[in-house]
Amino acid sequence: MLKLPAPLYAEIVSHCLGGLPDEACGLLAGDPDTGSVARCYPTRNLAASAKLYTVDPKEHLRADREAESLGMQIIGVFHSHTHTDAYPSPTDVAQAPDPGWHYVVVSLRDSYPSLRSFRIRGETITEESVVLEGR
Amino acid sequence: MHRSAGRESAETWPDGEDTVSVQVRLPTVLRAHAGGQATVTAEGHTIGEVLTGLVQRYPGLSGQVLTEDGTLHRFVNVYVDDDDVRYLEQLDTKVPDGATVSILPAVAGG
Repeated sequence: MLKLPAPLYAEIVSHCLGGLPDEACGLLAGDPDTGSVARCYPTRNLAASAKLYTVDPKEHLRADREAESLGMQIIGVFHSHTHTDAYPSPTDVAQAPDPGWHYVVVSLRDSYPSLRSFRIRGETITEESVVLEGR
Repeated sequence: MHRSAGRESAETWPDGEDTVSVQVRLPTVLRAHAGGQATVTAEGHTIGEVLTGLVQRYPGLSGQVLTEDGTLHRFVNVYVDDDDVRYLEQLDTKVPDGATVSILPAVAGG
């Protein structure tokens, strides 16, 4: 389960929409034990592509340090799919860096954004519920 | 003072000390291989020495940071303080005493 404060949901979707026509990406920080997201770190997509994303490593370092200073951890990553489902692609699965992370995918294919979250362990994808908090 | 050719004074090691000790921050995905520790102490004058020593001390890290031929794994980013070693001297990047080395996974997909 991913617990996502409504303002952070808005920040994620806004960053993804703002990244068009390319994929957008960012990191999520919070409590790894509860799946509660406390901070969102929109980052630059170094790949600058409509089909690929690479989180800017320098921004990842900054986010990692800040999260640590705030007593939290990087617990996941979000990115957008410009023309496909909100579901991890084979590339997403192959390059998933941490089996403990939450993988949020935002599809911008339709007229409304669709946000879903997954756990990726090896080649196994498991969708998890997203609980929007503070609506 | 002990000096090596070409080494700037800021990088000269104190008299009688040959070891450079650094803190290495590990990403969550690698902590299990280091007894669950988020930060470990390592020694080495270069990033290559630090990482090699780390793998020797924590064999579970083998193949995670360095490849079989001893190069930096492409899905790992390593920093000496704020500097990405890929933009410096890669594994030959010198490590100042007391520096913080950060290991982070590359985060990418499509």
